[in-house]
Amino acid sequence: MDKNYDLPIDAALFPEGCTRCSLSKFLVWITIVMAVFGWGLYAAYRVLAEGLGVTGLDDYFGFGLWITFDLAVIALGAGAFFTGLLRYILNIDPLKNIINLTVIVGFLCYSGAMLVLVLDVGQPLRAWFGYWHANVHSMLTEVIFCITCYCLVLVIEYVPLILEQKQLNRNKLVHAIAHNFHLMMPLFAGIGAFLSTFHQGSLGGMYGVLFARPYIARDGFFIWPWTFFLYVLSAVGSGPVFTVLVCTIMEKMTGKQLVSWEIKSLMGKIAGTMLTVYMVFKLADTWAWANDILPRSGLTFDQVFYGWIYGKWLLWAELFACGVLPAILLIIPSTRNNRTLFYTAAILDCIGVTINRYVMTVQALAAPVMPFDTWETYAPNWAEWGASAMIMAYAALILSLSYRYLPVFPQEVKLNK
Amino acid sequence: MSSFKEFKIKWGMAIDLDKCTGCGACMVACQAENNIAPQPDASNKLKSLNWLVVYELTNGKSFPEHEVAYLPRPCMQCGKPSCVSVCPVIATDKNEEGGIVSQVYPRCIGCRYCMASCPYHARYFNWFDPTWPEGMDKTLTPDVSVRPRGVVEKCSFCHHRFMQAKDKARVEGRDPNALNDGDYITSCTEACPNGAIVFGDVNNPAHKVHELVKSKYAFRLLERLGTDPQVYYLSRREWVRRLGDNYLENEKVKG
Repeated sequence: MDKNYDLPIDAALFPEGCTRCSLSKFLVWITIVMAVFGWGLYAAYRVLAEGLGVTGLDDYFGFGLWITFDLAVIALGAGAFFTGLLRYILNIDPLKNIINLTVIVGFLCYSGAMLVLVLDVGQPLRAWFGYWHANVHSMLTEVIFCITCYCLVLVIEYVPLILEQKQLNRNKLVHAIAHNFHLMMPLFAGIGAFLSTFHQGSLGGMYGVLFARPYIARDGFFIWPWTFFLYVLSAVGSGPVFTVLVCTIMEKMTGKQLVSWEIKSLMGKIAGTMLTVYMVFKLADTWAWANDILPRSGLTFDQVFYGWIYGKWLLWAELFACGVLPAILLIIPSTRNNRTLFYTAAILDCIGVTINRYVMTVQALAAPVMPFDTWETYAPNWAEWGASAMIMAYAALILSLSYRYLPVFPQEVKLNK
Repeated sequence: MSSFKEFKIKWGMAIDLDKCTGCGACMVACQAENNIAPQPDASNKLKSLNWLVVYELTNGKSFPEHEVAYLPRPCMQCGKPSCVSVCPVIATDKNEEGGIVSQVYPRCIGCRYCMASCPYHARYFNWFDPTWPEGMDKTLTPDVSVRPRGVVEKCSFCHHRFMQAKDKARVEGRDPNALNDGDYITSCTEACPNGAIVFGDVNNPAHKVHELVKSKYAFRLLERLGTDPQVYYLSRREWVRRLGDNYLENEKVKG
């Protein structure tokens, strides 16, 4: 057979019928990604070698950028479990066109969060104590259990996609394994939905149970504070559009259409619906917090905000500009189908959930509880930014490789004819 | 949330804020007794280890009405500790007769969730490895374990002294669970030149602290949050008591 020497040197590895940029162009991109990764790796080395003292964390802010980053990416990675639930359990078939990407994004978010946690805990070699000496009363125990288990589920969901790589799949055994994995996918989607719902909730529950911290303490139902349910809802209200945003960024970078507009719009509709439900409860929760929990603790609404850095603008931005507004834009068909408004809403939605995780993590710790205590402020330093950038670079690397060599987007060939 | 244990013996403190001059002897005694390593640079107070911190309180008025008070803050050894139920690995517990909240250093994974839960900032993290200047390691208290970097630590009410007092009682043929007033006191109590800190079994009528905590001038920090601290404060000054908890404008101060 004649070889086509115009094709990139690694063209034999590309998904069937797909074109990709030249290998040298790809390697330039990977070099940039690896440069960022290297910076983060140096930060990680310094943290592990010298201790967490090299970060901007302190005794008031035991949680900072990394925990905010973790909670935000875990919420935004919720597209994986929720789309999986809708695709495999509720049989919403069109979602098959984006399900692979949701799995990869979910895997990256969860594995990235776990990598950050390796740096964030003071004694990473004792991480297994979470299983061995588990405290069943702690929400964090539940988070440790579910996040690690769910990350394994995401690996299982990602594996068949790797096995479907064109050259690998020529092997009969690999082909059979990939096929059988696919048959089992509804089971894993179910397990994933169960695990993910619980740990999304437990991450919120982690904060709600802190009864001596009025900024985040919440009443609740049985053992679950309201934040448990709010975190589940906010995750499924933002995760699907985050996947769409990742997809769109990939489209802009590659110059190709990867997922049809109908699918993106459907993801927006799903997220918008869940975001609307979330906002109803979030507004009610905020009202109850301001009018019951705070006065019960001897505090006024004004007392839990401070200057510009922890000002009320964050709350209003979270609730209205990045909550109610995107919910409205996403549930009304006419605004949802306007691409500018759709993407604006998607971005605002993701910013809103990130603000929520930030204030619940950082502002909660900044707010003094003892009347003679003072407001303190927190700014992450280079080591924390570096390690976070490392995770972003890791995600960019895996996404780039997956896009180049794996059949991630079933519609790609058709949409780019 | 886990249920909380009740104890027959409840070690507690009554700190008279009208007697405290803020000299800091309690802080120094605590540091020396509990093997808290000196830091090469302790200028960032939010990264410096002190199991006991003396806060300065003011009435917010200008001269000549201006008044100050000093408030030593050890771990409150809460009856309903917010830190215990949250620890994912049971590295902190309230399970021993006497009601002291433990901290198991070899168990702690350093997640700092307990620190986030504590409104008193009584918990501290080892941001770096502890180092002692040449020769200073010889001053270490033998009964107190040193802590590595990456774990949380806090005031233990000088738990080793509790063990020593019980051992002494056993050797002398007395009941280790019925210690006399003064058999077991913390290093801060011992160091206070004004006798502002009184330590003992809050439940035992033979102990001085038992009476003190019943005073109408006694209060505990952030009582309304429900942590049920075992550390009490005393002050005849209403503005001081008011600073013990958050009060809305129209609410009356206890005592």
